[in-house]
Amino acid sequence: MMRWDPRIEEMPREDLKRMQYKLLKSLVYRLYSFSSFYHDRMKEQNVHPDDIRELPDVKKLPFMFKRDLRDNYPDKIFTAPRDELVRYHVSSGTTGKPTVVGYTQNDLDNWTISLARGLTSIGLGRGDVIQVSYGYGLFTGGLGMHYGAERIGATVLPTSVGNTERQIELMQDLGATAIACTPSYLLHIGEVAEKMGVSIKKDTKLRTGILGAEPWTEGMRNRMEDWLGIKAYDIYGTSELSGPMFTECSEQKGVHIWSDLALVEIIDPKTGEPLEAGERGELTITILQKEALPMIRYRIGDISVLEEDTCSCGRTHPRIQRIQGRVDDMLIIRGINVFPSQIEYALMAIPEVGQHFQIVVDRKGSLDDLLVRVELNKESFSDKINDLMLIRQNVEHRLRNSLNVNVDVELVEPGSLPRFEGKSKKVIDKRVL
Amino acid sequence: MDTKKYVIRQISIFSENRPGRLAAIAQALGEEKVNILAFSIAEANGFGVVRALVDHPEKAHDKLQSMGFNIAFTDVIAVKMKDQPGGLYEVAKILGDSGINIEYSYAYSGKEGAVLILRVDQVDEAIKKIRNSGATLIERSVFH
Repeated sequence: MMRWDPRIEEMPREDLKRMQYKLLKSLVYRLYSFSSFYHDRMKEQNVHPDDIRELPDVKKLPFMFKRDLRDNYPDKIFTAPRDELVRYHVSSGTTGKPTVVGYTQNDLDNWTISLARGLTSIGLGRGDVIQVSYGYGLFTGGLGMHYGAERIGATVLPTSVGNTERQIELMQDLGATAIACTPSYLLHIGEVAEKMGVSIKKDTKLRTGILGAEPWTEGMRNRMEDWLGIKAYDIYGTSELSGPMFTECSEQKGVHIWSDLALVEIIDPKTGEPLEAGERGELTITILQKEALPMIRYRIGDISVLEEDTCSCGRTHPRIQRIQGRVDDMLIIRGINVFPSQIEYALMAIPEVGQHFQIVVDRKGSLDDLLVRVELNKESFSDKINDLMLIRQNVEHRLRNSLNVNVDVELVEPGSLPRFEGKSKKVIDKRVL
Repeated sequence: MDTKKYVIRQISIFSENRPGRLAAIAQALGEEKVNILAFSIAEANGFGVVRALVDHPEKAHDKLQSMGFNIAFTDVIAVKMKDQPGGLYEVAKILGDSGINIEYSYAYSGKEGAVLILRVDQVDEAIKKIRNSGATLIERSVFH
């Protein structure tokens, strides 16, 4: 199996932890001494760099939140001089004011190296043609993936998003072997290709999908792999960490987080207390070598599980499981926490319905009402109403079992639910609270 | 007995129960110059199935499918009804006595009297029994 950097990737865990401790210690000293923002934060928390004496002491440090970036718009907490910056990225700000991330040359190099390791670990390299269908521009996806793919010697096809028919033509004409995009955009590409009479499986060389920037599920992976004839790999990152940065390896057992670049914790979102490996909670990341915009205990808001056993690929770095939802996407239905991803997961195991769904939450009287709209698959259509009623009952039953709340299901025509090129908006909450 | 010539291709269309869906189907068939000979709608909470006999089922199928409709062919049979009391009883009894289940049925008034469209669980068997009883089945060629 190929390694981009075997020395780091196979380093014994104890050595990795020693390395992380040293990096953390010097980061904390640097920030305490040179940044008023981090200095004040540590003072408030009553913690001094000398209190960090071993790696688990990271829990003494204060958290950072998205609002810290918003409140300090655009660059008030940057810790590199202006003339050291070589790039900006700006997040879309769908939930508020935009946030700006700055990069020094070293920051970009670390980002690129992180991706080079990841892309190599899924078997990509020289000779591959990687179609980058993430947006290029202020969004980190396009440019980040672009430089990672170039670094491993692959040929980049920088299609960005949109103009799907042309994307499919280029995929065929230039023999793209891999595509990097959101899972929902790849589904869209598959559907458009079918309408054009092109089978991704038979008529293209596409064999690898690098999919991320929105939550997806194991069921979606199986379905896409079957349908499109590819291996689909999860990629993880947010602009605050640099961008899409970490990927699964060929074993597809979770996303490897390179310990020399990032320290991962899983915490209880309510209490902020660290959880054990294997427990589900909020992902919290410290980027150990960032120069322009360091992140200490940054609470991303994504829900995941950390796995610390050595992966069967031989890499010693810990893995995070597929993102299972957002702390702020969580719907509370009759007092029960429901993540849209749970609904997605349950639906994917039901062959009679399609990949797309829409959740409508409403309040009837004093009770919350959860409606899930799903597309009936072509093959499952029956001219007999009874058969269709049974399908609907089955979907309702399965959803109720996995969510522990009552669910109404509506069967809708295939292709009728909205498709999104980018982050999906699958929840309509009509409740007036 | 050659039962094939009595097997009629019904088109069945999945439709959400919301305004304008039937109009969309009817308009599309009109544009394709497809004539609807018999027609019924079965509805459940939130969705329905439109069933129709048309003169050009393939054309109708392709057009509606290209519009994104979920559409399938279903084999049905058509029985010419006697225009007198007890006509339906005769047909229903023949099938019932033979253990053939009627999944659903609908009727229309043809040029020479009423016609009953039947969706049964055993098409060939139903055709034989009805033919043997002396009742009249309408051939596929009358429709398409």
